[in-house]
Amino acid sequence: MDLQPTDDQLALIEMVTGFASDRFPIDVVRSFGEPNGFDRDRWTELAALGTFGLALPEGEGGVGLDFIDAVLVHEALGSALVPGPLLAATLSAGLVDGVLDGSVLPAIVDIPHDGPIMVEYFRSSDVLLMVGDDGVRVAPSAHAVGIDIVHSTDPTSPVSILESVPAGDLIGGPELAVAWRQRGSLLASAQLSGNSTGSTNLAVAYAKEREQFGRPIGSFQGLKHLLADSWIRTEIARSSVWAAGVMIDEPDVGSVDRAVSGARLTAARAATENAKTCIQVHGGMGFTWEVDAHLFLKRAWVLETVFGSVDDAAEIVANLYAAD
Amino acid sequence: MHLRDSESDAQFRSEVREWLRGTVASLPEPPATEDWPGRCSFDAHWQGLLFEAGYAGINWPSEHGGRGATPTEHLIFLEESAAAKAPDVGIGFVGQMHAGPTIIAEGTEAQKSHHLRGILTGDHAWCQGFSEPGSGSDLASLRTRAFRDGDDYVISGQKIWTSHAMAADYCEMLVRTDPNELKHKGISWLIMPMNLPGIDVRPLVTVHGSTEFAELFLDEVRVPVSNLIGEENDGWRVANVTLSFERGTGFVGELLDTTSVFRDLIALARSTKRNGATVWDVDGIRHEFGILGADLDALWAFTKRNVSQGARGGMVMGSGSGFKVAFATTQHRLGDLAIRVLDRASLSLDDVDGKPTGELVHSKLHAFAISLGGGTTQIQQNIIAERVLGLPRER
Repeated sequence: MDLQPTDDQLALIEMVTGFASDRFPIDVVRSFGEPNGFDRDRWTELAALGTFGLALPEGEGGVGLDFIDAVLVHEALGSALVPGPLLAATLSAGLVDGVLDGSVLPAIVDIPHDGPIMVEYFRSSDVLLMVGDDGVRVAPSAHAVGIDIVHSTDPTSPVSILESVPAGDLIGGPELAVAWRQRGSLLASAQLSGNSTGSTNLAVAYAKEREQFGRPIGSFQGLKHLLADSWIRTEIARSSVWAAGVMIDEPDVGSVDRAVSGARLTAARAATENAKTCIQVHGGMGFTWEVDAHLFLKRAWVLETVFGSVDDAAEIVANLYAAD
Repeated sequence: MHLRDSESDAQFRSEVREWLRGTVASLPEPPATEDWPGRCSFDAHWQGLLFEAGYAGINWPSEHGGRGATPTEHLIFLEESAAAKAPDVGIGFVGQMHAGPTIIAEGTEAQKSHHLRGILTGDHAWCQGFSEPGSGSDLASLRTRAFRDGDDYVISGQKIWTSHAMAADYCEMLVRTDPNELKHKGISWLIMPMNLPGIDVRPLVTVHGSTEFAELFLDEVRVPVSNLIGEENDGWRVANVTLSFERGTGFVGELLDTTSVFRDLIALARSTKRNGATVWDVDGIRHEFGILGADLDALWAFTKRNVSQGARGGMVMGSGSGFKVAFATTQHRLGDLAIRVLDRASLSLDDVDGKPTGELVHSKLHAFAISLGGGTTQIQQNIIAERVLGLPRER
């Protein structure tokens, strides 16, 4: 048992974090959400880093690491709010030509039984991946009719509504759909965990610098306790995200489904609550468009719906505990 | 990163499991909660069995009579002990977890040879005399005085929250040896035998009615100067050396107990009828079970992270405080859920309908032991804010 990152893993996290702050600073993140703002060159740079093929075998063009390594990288990407169809690319890199090197941009939809078919990044995508109970299908995005939403709730996650899903070609059966839902859910939770770190760092920096009553507001216990709670929520979230990631690699050690659903619950809570704390700590400025605090909250709201809701997750954890 | 046992850990786990299976079955019935003499001899008997089998002081260095196990082996031992329903450390807590490690780190050879073996064999129980009525969160303001008189310190004052004082043979004491120094500087760490004249032990009943807490009233108790651990007036540092022994296993016993309560509560919800179905069929209750199950799994993962870091020779700053705050929140929430599941049966602290309802009501009250004991949640939040996040001190 060893549930702390190895030196190699720490180096990987540092590399991705450095890349994100260099090539995806917040103004670039914001620009991705503007009409025609998707920067394919930067996406290709991200792909060239090996981001989407981390857990693919080397023989298939991947890096040949474990799934937990992909989890750690998605955590780092989430912390910097790196935009784009990260999950779609990571899940499909070994199966859809061109995704691995960034030349083909995928969008993904977990086909809902009811309600609108909302797809992030559909408007920029080349192919549409469709996850259904009978398997996974792929179609050129041009085969689907979608209406681009003018005002996405998260300005850095442009979204479209599809009228229907095209038939597409089957690239895997029900087992692949199950695996993608499980892995996609956990990668989204990893981004949520990272998101909670990003908003906490932003809030802590502001609390040290902003002065009221003649001293930094971070010296007041009222704020200290808010920020300590943010840090704790992040540590809890990343603990369950990491454990679930390792369990995907070592499925014999426990219930992977329970771990993945548990990770969604703790990571969604950490991301949404910490982002709210971040806005609160920024005071009135936190309520403005120009301060980045709201971008963390809005991204968290998107991610917590990806491959399962928190209510589904709670139901799964409860029932698996009861069956155990 | 891994969750699987290594080959040697798997081997250790199976040895421990085998030993526990045979040994736990041979134990007598545990005594009643308030039967102090019975509890003392039961706990001492168990500790003696651990000692004979080489499991006493599992995380103590082997040169001091311990097993010198790795943090991971320690965690495995605790997991297997819980699975086998083995007794917990009981009245051995202060000696094994705090006084013993402190003596190992700071004691003289004479002090080590006089005290360590008795802790390991279970012959000697210890209690802790740190907190005072006026010195809780601000422990360094403590005022119990120790005057030097020849070869003795003469101690007068009052201590509080001294668990198991009525059963203990020794007390680890923090006393003020220099009244002119404020706060941390004038404090010393002393071993006080509990059979000395001038010690008055008065039980302090807790919210769930147990009497393990006590107050100590000390009236000119004469303790030999040779019982000083470390230098005079250096006791604050001495009291903190055990923090450096922490390897992430500190709350494992409590977490195991809580997980077991959680599973009992699921079983109860599934077997309790309500409105023509069961309590488990209430969506809101099942949802809360899901959230708490996720939190408990996360606390286990957090523990494993901390133990993994401990195995590398240190703890991540703030991880102990963070664990404790999160664990306290989960415990309180679990207590609230227990009341929702029990409904009117929660009016009784004794079991109702032959189900373990009393234990569940107790667990609700016990949550305060986590959010208050060993530094309140608010003190832990201050520690995280200042030492981890680097926020400025208030003054």
